Amino acid sequence: MTPACSWAIEDLGAIEDQMQDEPVTVRRRDLLSLIGTMAGSAAMYHAMTALGFASDSRYEGPIRLEGDPRGASVLILGAGLAGMTAALELRKAGYKVQVLEFNARPGGRNWTLRGGDTFVELGGAKQTCGFEDGLYLNPGPWRIPYHHRALLDYCKRLGVALEPFIQLNHNAYLHASRAFGGAPQRIRAVKADFQGQISELLAKVANQGKLDEAVSKEDKEILLLALQSWGALDRDFRYSANLIAAEYRGYAKPPGGGLSAMPLPSEPLALSDILRSRLWRYLQNFATYNFQTTMFQPVGGMDMIGKAFARKVGDLIRYNAKVTEIWQNDRGVTVTYVDPANPGQPQKAVADWCLCTIPLSILSQLPVNVGAAMKAAIDAVPYAGSVKVGLQFRRRFWEEDDAIYGGISYTDLPIRQIAYPNTGFNKSGRGILLGAYLFEGANSFEFTAMPPDERVARAVEFGSEIHPQYKAEFENGIAVAWHRVPFTLGCSGEWSEAARKQHYRNLCEIDGRIVLAGEHASALPAWQEGAILSSLDAIGRLHERVIKT
Amino acid sequence: MMWRATSAVRQAAVVALAALPLQLIWPALGADDAPPVKSRTFSSGYRFVEMSGEELYVNVCRGCHMVDAMGASGAGNYPSLVANRNLEASGYAIDLVLNGRRAMPPFGEMMSDDQIAAVVNYLRTHFGNSYSDAVTAKDVRAARK
Repeated sequence: MTPACSWAIEDLGAIEDQMQDEPVTVRRRDLLSLIGTMAGSAAMYHAMTALGFASDSRYEGPIRLEGDPRGASVLILGAGLAGMTAALELRKAGYKVQVLEFNARPGGRNWTLRGGDTFVELGGAKQTCGFEDGLYLNPGPWRIPYHHRALLDYCKRLGVALEPFIQLNHNAYLHASRAFGGAPQRIRAVKADFQGQISELLAKVANQGKLDEAVSKEDKEILLLALQSWGALDRDFRYSANLIAAEYRGYAKPPGGGLSAMPLPSEPLALSDILRSRLWRYLQNFATYNFQTTMFQPVGGMDMIGKAFARKVGDLIRYNAKVTEIWQNDRGVTVTYVDPANPGQPQKAVADWCLCTIPLSILSQLPVNVGAAMKAAIDAVPYAGSVKVGLQFRRRFWEEDDAIYGGISYTDLPIRQIAYPNTGFNKSGRGILLGAYLFEGANSFEFTAMPPDERVARAVEFGSEIHPQYKAEFENGIAVAWHRVPFTLGCSGEWSEAARKQHYRNLCEIDGRIVLAGEHASALPAWQEGAILSSLDAIGRLHERVIKT
Repeated sequence: MMWRATSAVRQAAVVALAALPLQLIWPALGADDAPPVKSRTFSSGYRFVEMSGEELYVNVCRGCHMVDAMGASGAGNYPSLVANRNLEASGYAIDLVLNGRRAMPPFGEMMSDDQIAAVVNYLRTHFGNSYSDAVTAKDVRAARK
């Protein structure tokens, strides 16, 4: 996975599951086809569900914490999605719940910046968002895959309205600064030309008999038909500047009406130029599991989710509470915290159990008397660098001039991406672009190291190479570098293979009276779904222990 | 097993990026812009292209340790590097940059031996630190596990 392609670029979980399930899948498939043959499709569907096939999520519906906790209390550290999920479910199950939160607002990384909001980053730089009313930037998570069923279920239960998030817009750009004279190329054209010329190559070797060992004669005939259909090849299996290819890559002159109606084909990009430009790298951003359509975003900003949770559990949350120590014995947990406005007066909260969602970048620095195994796990996970820059423009030139309605352009410039708003389409007036989105890699550190106003200025400078309208239309911007965010000190847990193998289980096991949750305690790092699934898993195990003791 | 597969994917991506030409230096902003550094180096791939200790500090370390190396404090802390006695043991500094520790990310895969030596030497001779025993790329190579 290339750095800088998403908030959560690596769907470690999905890849892992595929790897892990491979041999099992084959056996189950054999069994299923037998059931299908013998008993028909309804029976097969039933069997598929029972064998875990039809479902593509770990989420099994609202958690049921059955049995009486007999007044047990749980102290939750952090009012992000993991913490508030636990607060909501544990209170419902009969626990006494209290939540401590560092910020003065709920949500954690579920966060939206709007006009008038201020943000003071580590180091003291203060930004005031100058966006027009109704416009916003999601500095953290910004999209929800359709298979993140737990998050979607909470959105439904909490009344959070969703709208489509457009991951693939064929009319957005792929851009290589030193290819094609620096001119951005439409995704549609790159995709069609790459696919078409690969198809042409494959058809050629097939017709030369070079695939005869790999493909039967009958299959070869079908393969050629498929390549023609998939690759927009002509009757001679060639991909060229004709109306067949134009229907895929776009026209020099599209079909019209009346006397000037007849379309003209466009000229494909040469395969060699596409290969050398490396624009093909970006096509995976539309192919992998976590980025396949349909994706969603909450109407009005990602923080609609955090706010909806807080309407249910806000009365349990103590804000402005900076945790300074977590201490447990065999009877319970005592957490010391301070209000940053009054640091001289530490306060204590006590409970029978503690669910801690504090990011490991912070938790690793606190005195916490957990066992050596969990402590080593807490210390083992660095946090990814990530930067987002939101830019306000006088007009939606990307729609008016370039016909780009939502979606994302990818570039090899240090800004890596430009994302277009997926709402308010075709309106006149101002709009916000995500003018830079860096995740991991050298550029995310380089942008973090700049003062915020320079991040904005550089985003405008680089972005104008793709959209020259930037210079005339830019009004103001705001930049969030996650290593400078006081409540996380980084974007998300960046597990190495070795650390995952050595420490992951130890991080997730209950240690005495303390259990951890959050995206860092999931196989979906940096995704909100990971935070919620981790929380549900943790409270399920905690509840079992409470009921049994 | 399961994570090795994932890492292979990541390594493939890193190799693909490393194949791109490095040392891209982007045009500087106009003189009326007021960032502390008028021209700035940007890396083109996963690894840093900055070579001098000062440029590595300004473009990388400063993100957390700040312009004056005083660090910062929020829900957790970034330590001050000013007159920092932990820097006396050069091996400790090399190990931290290479492998990271807690909130400090590892840079072993993003910087060469020369780059890590350069930034460690820069830190140990600036910000109120004056340790004269410079480290070498060889020291860094020996410290890589």
